[in-house]
Amino acid sequence: MKTDKKLEEIRAIIAHHKRWDLIFLVTGILALMIAVLTFVALFSHMLVDGAPRLTWSFFTSFPSRHAESAGILSAWVGTTLVMIVTALSAVPLGIGAGVYLEEYAPKNLFTEIIEINVTNLAGVPSIIYGLLALGLFVHQLSLGHSILAAGLALALLILPIVILATREAIRSIPISIREGSYALGATKWQTVSDHILPYSAPGILTGVIIGLARAIGETAPIITIGALTFIAFLPPSPVQEEFPYLSFEWLMAPFTVMPIQMFNWVSRPEEEFQFNAAAAGLVLVVMTLAMNGLAIYLRYRMRKKIKW
Amino acid sequence: MAVRSHSNSKKAGKLGYSFRRHLHERFIEMLLFVSALVSVVIMIAIVAMLVKESYVFFQHVSILDFLTDKQWTPLFDDAHYGILPLVSGTLVSSLIALVVALPLGTIIAIYLSEFAPFTVREIAKPFLELLGGIPTIVYGYFALLFVTPLLQIIFPELPGFNLLSAGLVMGIMIIPYVSSMTEDAMRAVPMNIREGSYAMGATRFQTAIRVVMPAAFSGIAAAYILGISRAVGETMVVAIAAGMQPNLTWNPMEPAATITAYIVQVSLGDLPHGSIGYQTIFAAGLTLLLITLAFNIIGHILRKRYREIY
Amino acid sequence: MKNKSMSNSELIQYKSEVKDLSFYYGEFNALRNIDMVLHDKQITALIGPSGCGKSTFLRCFNRMHDLYPGNRYQGEIILHPDDVNILSENVDPIEVRMRISMVFQKPNPFPKSIYENVAYGLRVRGIKQRAILDEKVEAALRNAALWDEVKDRIHELAFNLSGGQQQRMCIARALATDPEILLFDEPTSALDPIATASIEELITDLKNKVTILIVTHNMQQAARVSDYTAYMYLGELIEFDVTDTIFIKPKNKQTEDYITGRFG
Repeated sequence: MKTDKKLEEIRAIIAHHKRWDLIFLVTGILALMIAVLTFVALFSHMLVDGAPRLTWSFFTSFPSRHAESAGILSAWVGTTLVMIVTALSAVPLGIGAGVYLEEYAPKNLFTEIIEINVTNLAGVPSIIYGLLALGLFVHQLSLGHSILAAGLALALLILPIVILATREAIRSIPISIREGSYALGATKWQTVSDHILPYSAPGILTGVIIGLARAIGETAPIITIGALTFIAFLPPSPVQEEFPYLSFEWLMAPFTVMPIQMFNWVSRPEEEFQFNAAAAGLVLVVMTLAMNGLAIYLRYRMRKKIKW
Repeated sequence: MAVRSHSNSKKAGKLGYSFRRHLHERFIEMLLFVSALVSVVIMIAIVAMLVKESYVFFQHVSILDFLTDKQWTPLFDDAHYGILPLVSGTLVSSLIALVVALPLGTIIAIYLSEFAPFTVREIAKPFLELLGGIPTIVYGYFALLFVTPLLQIIFPELPGFNLLSAGLVMGIMIIPYVSSMTEDAMRAVPMNIREGSYAMGATRFQTAIRVVMPAAFSGIAAAYILGISRAVGETMVVAIAAGMQPNLTWNPMEPAATITAYIVQVSLGDLPHGSIGYQTIFAAGLTLLLITLAFNIIGHILRKRYREIY
Repeated sequence: MKNKSMSNSELIQYKSEVKDLSFYYGEFNALRNIDMVLHDKQITALIGPSGCGKSTFLRCFNRMHDLYPGNRYQGEIILHPDDVNILSENVDPIEVRMRISMVFQKPNPFPKSIYENVAYGLRVRGIKQRAILDEKVEAALRNAALWDEVKDRIHELAFNLSGGQQQRMCIARALATDPEILLFDEPTSALDPIATASIEELITDLKNKVTILIVTHNMQQAARVSDYTAYMYLGELIEFDVTDTIFIKPKNKQTEDYITGRFG
């Protein structure tokens, strides 16, 4: 039986331990605040420096020697075109690989090698992809410093992201769905194309958006393939007035992209160019935040809607 | 399956083993297999490309010089090819980043996983994720034009390019990465283990430190190691804020180049394909790949282990 | 009808009295107006069909529900001898848990050595002296009839023990801190029959040392180990009495149907 003295002891111990709980609680909130404050500082600093430059002409002007008249026209057009190449090459490949690993791959050593390899690729620094692209696409395949080379380089970079997202989305589909399909006499591919892919589409889409958001902001691999040049013109238009209406000349055109343009301006010593850098940075941050935000929202809605 | 003639049963023909359907299925499977194979091909291509160009490089420069020479001046007339200055820059900036990212990332993870009320977690997690999605070039801009001037108020003699500012910003950049993986590992610890601890009269902090963290140990270690690998491979922040001059130093207040920053610096110039300068970036890249690959492999082994325990 | 008739007939000390206890998971009323007592150093069993609230009731005793938001208690659980209402807002749930230990449905060893598992509750209370720890760990393991099996590998990971041994280690862990009440939440449901028998034997041995409240879905188990039995259904306490009475001459029709297998 407890005496009052023993109870008092227990209470003293609890009070002591609860102090630690409180200390940690405060530390945790402070740590979170550091992250929040950094973001606020980063965003407001760019806003103060860059917002005055964000006029209509900033989006419709080419880069220029004169900071006030310089703009990001060639950069955002370049980014758009590079992203088209990246998406068209990485998405089908990534989904295909993800489907294979989840639905088809036999359990053997080779499959395991592929799996380890995908996770390893996700950890390779982006600049290494730039070196591969420089050696392989720019020189060996003679694609030069072109949109195609840049798009492919970024496709390599986001391929693991798409593969992992696909696998995760497929894995969340319960086995009973597959059995239901097979029980009706469907083949494996019919099961995959009629059930697995449609049901995992939102999850895959989320991964694709996150991957593309990452690719938009990537600078290092693009610098490595030697694309830091003064580009004051647009690539040839993909749409033509005469037959065959579509042209692929733009694939081989020299280009610049948003982060490269920003890097160019950051490295200038003149303050006016740094205002341009801030403005370009704002556009870039808003773009990536919007894409990541969309992905997070999609995932949130998916989690609420689908309950297997 | 019974063998029947075509004339007497159309149905059996449909149910029977369809060669065409089989071919179609096999074709698709091959297609998907090839997509999966691409990832292996990429890895092989990366290694082959780096080794090929480095091999030529190492015919000019002995590996011993590469590893021990204290100068890295491949583009000067008096060329030296010692990787040490680049390694020191990489180590110092990464170390600063980790001193920031690992403790803060861990504290945030413990807070979110064990302390925070539901609503705080629902807001903080996507916020951190967004923070991790900001392009690195923007962080570079922030380090050069915000953090460095701020630090210069405290240390007036701090040069415009320095490892300290780059490392600090890199650390903040890696926080979301470390915290989300650490939190995942902690949340993978089953609730009944936590309840066991609470039922003994433990507080939240005691449960987090004495039970949940040891249970999630390999997952947390994996998060740390992948964070390290991320810091070592980071490019734009250091290239912008720490300068691109190779400098054998352990002093964070000095400018210095990292392995990645050197690759950027060479790429900015127009080096002819096949020159020794061109090959140096592949040798530097190979060094970087080996360091990060080693960390990644350890990290994934650890992560796999914690997945197996529960 | 419930407990008052008995308290007159025998002069028994109560370890705890439950008075008009109701419990809510958010809006859901999981326990309704329960009145019951725990007799000191006796074994009380809670039986009833799954979902009847017996585990919910058990977890009120060490305030486990406080860990999750939206849970609400009403009524009192009085702990004697100091007559404190452990559900009161002013009482720290941690203090309650230090006085009332719990053993869970599935063995839940911490990822530590056997020794550190058993010593955990003592360390949480700030005890650091090796000699005291050694002594208490050994005593607890002996009480849990595990000492002879593990004394040579006491510093090995607890995961390496068999399921039954793990559960006995969890009992030792709960015993090491000299609890006033020991709660068992279906402690044998994850174990094979042999391990179950050894746990049951252990629980019977612990009688007279500590007050025990045990939830079980196994009626034979309740009949074998307990002195008192309470039958619960849909969040209500239907009947509470001496175990023999409940099993041989239940007063309530519902209890009888359940006991005889016509229900559930």
